[in-house]
Amino acid sequence: MIVIWLSVHQSLILTIIKTTKGSAKIKMTSTALFRKDLASEIRTRYAINSLVMFIIVTISVILFSIGNEKISDYLSGGLFWVVVFFTAMSGLSRAFVSEEERGTSLLLQLIASPSTVFSGKLIFNLILVFSMNVVIANLYTALFEAFVIKNLLLFSAAFLFGSIGIAISSTVIAAIIAKAGSKGTLYPVLSFPILLPLILILIELTKMSMDGTTFEEGMIEVAVLICYDVIMISASYLLFDFIWKD
Amino acid sequence: MNNYSLTIDSITKTFGRRLIFKNVILKCEENGIWGIAGPNGSGKSTFVKCLCGIISPTRGKVIHSLNNKEIEPEKLHNHIGFVSPYLVLYDEFSAEENLHYFAEIRGVKYNKEKIDYLLNEFLLYDRRSDFVKAYSSGMKQRLKFIFALMHSPELVILDEPISNLDNSGKEKVYKIVNEEAKNSVIIIASNDDSDLALCSSILDLNNYKND
Repeated sequence: MIVIWLSVHQSLILTIIKTTKGSAKIKMTSTALFRKDLASEIRTRYAINSLVMFIIVTISVILFSIGNEKISDYLSGGLFWVVVFFTAMSGLSRAFVSEEERGTSLLLQLIASPSTVFSGKLIFNLILVFSMNVVIANLYTALFEAFVIKNLLLFSAAFLFGSIGIAISSTVIAAIIAKAGSKGTLYPVLSFPILLPLILILIELTKMSMDGTTFEEGMIEVAVLICYDVIMISASYLLFDFIWKD
Repeated sequence: MNNYSLTIDSITKTFGRRLIFKNVILKCEENGIWGIAGPNGSGKSTFVKCLCGIISPTRGKVIHSLNNKEIEPEKLHNHIGFVSPYLVLYDEFSAEENLHYFAEIRGVKYNKEKIDYLLNEFLLYDRRSDFVKAYSSGMKQRLKFIFALMHSPELVILDEPISNLDNSGKEKVYKIVNEEAKNSVIIIASNDDSDLALCSSILDLNNYKND
């Protein structure tokens, strides 16, 4: 009995060591792919330019259309996520679309495993979404008087998990649409039903944080947000093999 | 000693209702050069993509083994080198940057000694810091050979290897292919007689077209 227990214990430890080594290697190669994407982005400005232009244009249009009118607090909170959603639609598909358009996706298939590719692209999109959302939030706070957050902790949680959710969803959708013919149309069409539940919760949480609702009261919405992220990342890793190959 | 073996176990590939090839069987257990022949559109590129695991065969299996153990699909890319005219390198990076990123993404050591040797052999050493977008199509093809051989893979797949190359480039490729064949399994998919003359055994895909 003791011998069996010891051998099971030993094999379990060996498996853990092997898995840790394997995941450390995937992490390293994913980081390398992220660095390659970042260097490529800095040189080509594939996504950054369109994101920056979109942020400037949408916020300007909202500002001009409002004029001197006083808009409700909730509307400004909702509009914040509308700007985030459409900005994400304008630039985040580039992670995979640029590889496909330039014909380099075959090269990626030859040098990296699907999990490495997905992780690398996800890290890149996470950084891009966070930077984009920080810029939008700062511009929004500076330009819209009605956008006043009373519970910063609740808004920060919504901001953090919302950005993660947007990055995961847009990365996997970008991989799906990259091989399609009319990518430009397909991306927002496919993203809308997938991102809609996320955007609705984010609007609700923003409204709560503008009302000054306590973090405990908004806990259920934050939990739903975390669940969305976990479901999306699990589904993405499981499905990516099939999306990436063939 | 390389104990790599490739077993193609009766693979069939169809695109919709169109049959590309049927029940292809091949076993490469020894180092050397193997040829895949067939006219344009006969499915040579599809066949080599099946060997690399880029596309899956409709039926049958491709088994890559090292020391009698099947190589996991997740790690297969580290054991294969691939050259083809439709392979595109990153234009915005220099040749050296491309090779550095490939090594890092593969998770293998950047073997400077081997890469410098290959850069010299393919006459790209002096241009290694230039952006790939400034390269001619022949130079890009030569860089693809370095990309395929830099990590000393057990299997090297060359699809139309001499396209875009001038006579001196072709000779250089044949010399390197013969050298590499001592330590690796090399598969050449081509309809060029001079390419196929290097092969010890040739599989003609035209013989695998019957329904």
